[in-house]
Amino acid sequence: MDSSSFLMQFAQQLINGVSLGSIYALIALGYTMVYGTIKLINFAHGDVYMVGAYIGFFATTVLGLGFLPALLLAMVGAGILGMFIERAAYRPLRNAPKIAVLITAIGVSLFLEYGSMLLVTPQPRTFPAVLSSTPIHIGGLIINSQQVLILGVSLFLMVVLTYVVNYTKLGKAMRAVSFDTDTARLMGIDVDKVISYTFAVGSALAAAAGVLVGVYYNSIDPLMGIMPGLKAFVAAVLGGIGVIPGAMLGGVLMGVIEALVSGFISSTFRDAAAFGILIIILLFKPAGLLGKNIREKV
Amino acid sequence: MRVKAKRDLLSLGACLLLYAIIQLLIEVDVIGQFWVLNIVLIGINIILGVSLNLINGFTGQFSIGHAGFMAVGAYVGAVMTVKLHLPFIVAILAGAAGAGILGFAIGLPTLRLSGDYLAIATLGLGEIIRITILNIPYVGGASGLMGIPRLTNFTWVFFATVFTVFFIKNFINSSHGRACISVRENEIAAEAMGVDTTKYKVMAFTIGAAFAGVAGALFAHYFYIVHPASFTFMKSFDLLTIVVLGGLGSITGSITAAILLTFVSAALAGYPEMRMVIYSLMLIGLMLFRPQGLFGNKEISLKFFNRLKGGSPRDAA
Repeated sequence: MDSSSFLMQFAQQLINGVSLGSIYALIALGYTMVYGTIKLINFAHGDVYMVGAYIGFFATTVLGLGFLPALLLAMVGAGILGMFIERAAYRPLRNAPKIAVLITAIGVSLFLEYGSMLLVTPQPRTFPAVLSSTPIHIGGLIINSQQVLILGVSLFLMVVLTYVVNYTKLGKAMRAVSFDTDTARLMGIDVDKVISYTFAVGSALAAAAGVLVGVYYNSIDPLMGIMPGLKAFVAAVLGGIGVIPGAMLGGVLMGVIEALVSGFISSTFRDAAAFGILIIILLFKPAGLLGKNIREKV
Repeated sequence: MRVKAKRDLLSLGACLLLYAIIQLLIEVDVIGQFWVLNIVLIGINIILGVSLNLINGFTGQFSIGHAGFMAVGAYVGAVMTVKLHLPFIVAILAGAAGAGILGFAIGLPTLRLSGDYLAIATLGLGEIIRITILNIPYVGGASGLMGIPRLTNFTWVFFATVFTVFFIKNFINSSHGRACISVRENEIAAEAMGVDTTKYKVMAFTIGAAFAGVAGALFAHYFYIVHPASFTFMKSFDLLTIVVLGGLGSITGSITAAILLTFVSAALAGYPEMRMVIYSLMLIGLMLFRPQGLFGNKEISLKFFNRLKGGSPRDAA
């Protein structure tokens, strides 16, 4: 391989990586926001993403909706599901030991996976082609129009989220709760409500990612959420868990690394690379790239 | 001390009696092939559950990568008999050693993490182990390692299980075990009292991994084939369910839960999705209503039965 074709392939993998990474970033945002407010790794988050993809699927096939209405419906549906999960499974354990909540989260995740297997059968479904896919040639590089769409929708959602978190009253409340829950409560913030909204927003973003993946890869199944869920979590840790820009950065980095590993080494090592990064990050910079180190106090 | 030794001998006698009865029933064909399979599985699950309980329940280090160590034990054991033609006992010991060494190597760096970070790191490591095995052509890669002789029988499983339970029970009752429990109760306080917390965490992790290796070797030599797909993190979650259902920190709890859940999955063998839905609801329900599991950190013993009858707990001692 001479150097110019190497560069070409590198650039091509970079493009694929960024579009895949923006999906991870959308999922990672949910992890990071929930972790920021209640210090819980919401294992079920990847499965909310799966449910979002299924809502999108049924919205386009059964209801015959177009791409945007289906996306919105999936986001609303998953948002409600997220609030419900929080209300039913996590809120009763607000003061329980961390491990108990973690096990509950694993339980919710398994329940969503196998419950939906019962409901919609384990067979993969073909996502209808709601959008045409035309390759765009720029120089020697090929960009799929769907990749542009993925990137566009995720960027738009991230901008909206950044606006909500930084400039609205709800966002201010979210930041306050994540900074110090008890003080926020003393200031008259309805903490339970804010946590509930955090779950709704995070789940809606995951559902958007689910629909985008469905459109891009054309295939969805009840276990599709496991791997992207875990990788998005790694992305959140990579960027610094609890930090919103960190999740975006981590997600994109994660996608790029994965595309490079599958392009230049072997696609079978793709998943191992993700977990390898996680362990390296946890060992050397547990606070993540954009996180702050907090000392453990007695 | 003498009382303790006497009680141990008594339990050992009870185990031998149980072994004799079940072996007799198998010999005269009262217990058919299907139930022999389930009894073997119960034994393997008890080994896995009790060893995971040592890490999760007694030492308080939340690991969800146990299937990875089981995989290492299974593959190392299978290589010993299939490729090197060594006797079965060597395969079991090599499986234990392989998993134990890996557990030590992994535990040393990762046990610096705590709580949910450790959980996710062990989950990732379990997957890395599986993906690595998947990419080694020597052991069959994705199609699995075939042609393993069926050397595991009820006798092997039974005595391996009894050995595991006694080993871990005595470990917990030793000064090392108390150090492990102190790490669970309060790591900072334990450190302040002079307990080398890292040492005990790694020790518990290594022992747990080694016994998972034993279980893996037994598993491989019962089913003729080992396959990377048998050791996904779903398997780890199965094991976690055993430990949590029985109670974090209760050996008898893990044993009961292993027996119970093996029967449940045998009964639901035709409906694998149903089984996982029931498992998941059980996990959620347990955490919401009885987070300490069936037995909490209590053990069933003769003492316990005496108390049920209304006698004072001292009577049994």
